[in-house]
Amino acid sequence: MTQDSHRHDPLSGFLPSDEPIRLLAPDGTATAHPLVPQPVDPIADADLLRAMYRDMVLARRVDTEATALQRTGELGLWSSCLGQEAAQIGSAHAMRANDFAFPTYRESAVAWARGVDPVGLLGLYRGTTHGGWDPVEHGFGLFTIVLGSQVLHAVGYAMGIQRDGSDDAVIAYYGDGAGSEGDVHEAMVFATVEAAPVVFFCQNNGWAISEPIERQTRVPFAQRAAGYGMPAVRIDGNDVLAALAVTRWALERVRTGSGPVFIEAITYRMGAHTTSDDPTRYRPAGELEHWANLDPIDRMERYLRSTGAADDAWFADLDAQAEALGERIRAHVRGAQDPAPIEMFDHVYAEPHADVQRDRTRWESIIAGGAA
Amino acid sequence: MSGVTTEMTMVSALNAALRRAMDEDPKVLLLGEDIGTLGGVFRVTDGLAKDFGDSRVVGTPLAEAGIVGTAVGLAMRGYRPVVEIQFDGFVYPAFDQIVTQVAKHHYRSGGRTTLPIVIRIPYGGGIGAVEHHSESPEAYFVHTPGLRTLTPADADEAYHLLRAAIACDDPVVFFEPKRRYWDRAEVDTARAVDPWTSRVVREGGDITLVAYGPMVRTCREAADALAGQGVQAQVIDLRSLSPLDLDPVIASVQRTGRCVVVHEAVEIAGLGAEIAAQVQQQCFFHLEAPVTRVAGAYLPYPPSRFEKHYLPSIDRVIATVNQVMSL
Repeated sequence: MTQDSHRHDPLSGFLPSDEPIRLLAPDGTATAHPLVPQPVDPIADADLLRAMYRDMVLARRVDTEATALQRTGELGLWSSCLGQEAAQIGSAHAMRANDFAFPTYRESAVAWARGVDPVGLLGLYRGTTHGGWDPVEHGFGLFTIVLGSQVLHAVGYAMGIQRDGSDDAVIAYYGDGAGSEGDVHEAMVFATVEAAPVVFFCQNNGWAISEPIERQTRVPFAQRAAGYGMPAVRIDGNDVLAALAVTRWALERVRTGSGPVFIEAITYRMGAHTTSDDPTRYRPAGELEHWANLDPIDRMERYLRSTGAADDAWFADLDAQAEALGERIRAHVRGAQDPAPIEMFDHVYAEPHADVQRDRTRWESIIAGGAA
Repeated sequence: MSGVTTEMTMVSALNAALRRAMDEDPKVLLLGEDIGTLGGVFRVTDGLAKDFGDSRVVGTPLAEAGIVGTAVGLAMRGYRPVVEIQFDGFVYPAFDQIVTQVAKHHYRSGGRTTLPIVIRIPYGGGIGAVEHHSESPEAYFVHTPGLRTLTPADADEAYHLLRAAIACDDPVVFFEPKRRYWDRAEVDTARAVDPWTSRVVREGGDITLVAYGPMVRTCREAADALAGQGVQAQVIDLRSLSPLDLDPVIASVQRTGRCVVVHEAVEIAGLGAEIAAQVQQQCFFHLEAPVTRVAGAYLPYPPSRFEKHYLPSIDRVIATVNQVMSL
C-alpha cells in the first residue's frame, strides 16, 4: 500500500457487510479492488511473492508430515492448518521482526513464518514439552489450547508497547469458535478503551470442531467490531495478497495510536479439527470439494507462473526443499529422546519453592522404584 | 536490621508498600476496578493515580478475566503488574486466567518466560457484608502449582509480604484479611523478612495453634485468655500458604503433642486438612490428641446475620483447645 493511500486510510470506508476483499482470484489473476491497491508488483516484489509461496508450501509440508507422524504413533495429536496457509502467511509477512503474534494451536504456518523450528513445535504434540520455542526470540507466543485466553494476553502485551512508547504492534489470532469466549469480548473492550496497538485476526474457517458458524453467530463476525468501536475488514482468507495488504494496513493503523482493528479472514479448515476428529460425521457433501477449488497455494502458483515471478526450475528447487524438510522432521521426531523423568519438576517456579523441591526429592526415590 | 517504626493501619501499610515499589521500579504498575481516582473501594491505592499517573495506575473496565489476562501480556512485555480483585467473590471470572494461564506459563515456556504478577484479593468475613464479599477461597489457589500464596496477619506483615510479592519473579496470589484492614500496628520498613516461612507469634508449650491471615489475631487473643486458665498455647502464623512452611509447626507439635488449626474457609478439603495430614505424618508418635480444626461449616458463606455463628471465634477456639487438652 502506498504512503498516499495510507494517509487517506482507504479501508475506513469498508463496511463489515461488504464482500470480502480479494486481490488474487482462484484462477491466479490479480484482481482490482476499489479500496485496496495491489500490495505487490510481480516484478519488483518477486522475492516477497516467492517467499510467501515458499512459506505456504513448506508450512503445508510440516502439516502433512505431522499428520503422517501422528498416524504412525510418533505424535499424540496434530491440529492441521490445511487450507488456512494464505491467511496465516500473508498476515505474518505483514509483521515486523519486533511485532508479536499470539496464536491458538492452529497457527503452525504463522509459527513457520516467525522462524519457529517445526521440530521444536512438534515436541508439544509428541509430549516432550508444553512449549518448544522461545516466545520472545520469535515474537510468537506459545500455543494456546484453552481458546480465547491468548487474545487478552495480546491486548496486555499491546498495552505494554504503549507504555514503552514503542511503535511495535501485536496480532491476536483466533477463530470463529473462540470468538464466542468471554475472554475475546473482554479483550476487545480493553483494546478499544486503551486504544491498544493490536490487530484481531479472526480466521473464520467455518467449523469449531463440529459446530458450524451458525452456532457461533447470526451476523458476519466483522459486524461485531462496530459495537466495540473499531474498524473491521473482511478478506478472502485464501488470498495471500489480500491477507498481506489488509494486515499491513491494519498494523500501520494500530501503530499510530488509532486503536485496534478487526480482520475477518474467510477461509476453510480442509482437514479435520485434529487427528482425533472425524469430519465425515458433520461436514456436508461437496463442501470440501468446493473449497479445494479455492486452495490458497494453487492460486498463488498460477499467479507466479503466469506473471513469470517464478519458473519451473524454481518450483523444482522448492520441491526439493520440501522433501528435505520432511526428511529432517521425520528424522528428528523419530529420533527424539524422552526427557529424563525428573525433568518434569523443572521450571514450575522461577524461584526455589520448598514444596516442589520436597516432591522432587521424593520422586527421585519413586522413579528409582522406592515408596512414596 | 531494624529502623524507625511508624504506626499504620493495614490499608496504609499496603499503600506504602505499593508506593515504594512503584518508586523503585518503573515497571511496576497497578490494574484494577476503581483503583484510580477513588483509590479502590478499600482505599489501598489512595493517591497513587495522582502521583504516578493513569498509565501506571490503570482503572480498568469491569472485567476480572480481562484484568488478569492483560496483566499476563504486560508481564510478557517486561512489566510487573499488581492487580486488585475488588472482593474475594469476584475472583472467579478470572479463575481460568489465573489457574490455566498465570500458574502454568513459566512451566510451559520451559523457564523462558516469567510472569511476575501479584493478584491482590481482599478476603474473609466479619464485616457484615453482602453475598460474595466474605469468602475465603485460598485453597483453590494453594492447590494450583505455579502460584505462590501469601496472606499477612497485621500491618507490618502486610508491608513486608507485599513488597516481597512484588519483588518475586513468580505469580503471587496475595490474600488481604479485609476485617484487619483497619487494625493498627507498628510498621518497621527496614526489618528483614523471609516471606516464605511461617513464624511463631506467641510462645507456649502446651498446645500448638496454627493460623494465617485474619485468624492470627483471633488465635492470639484466644491464647491470651487461655493463659489465664493456665494453658500456654504456641501460636504460629503460616503467612505463606504456598510454599507451606510447616517445619516450625512440626517442631512445636513434637513438643506440645497437641495441634489445632484455625481458618475461616470451609473445613472440608481446606488448608487445615493438608496441615493435619502433614502434622500427623511427621508427629504421629508425639501426638497426645487428634489434630483438630476450627473452620467454616460446609455451606456457602451465610447472610451476615449468621456470620458470628459461622466464623471461628475466640470462644470457639478456646472451647476447642479445652476439649483437645482434656484428651
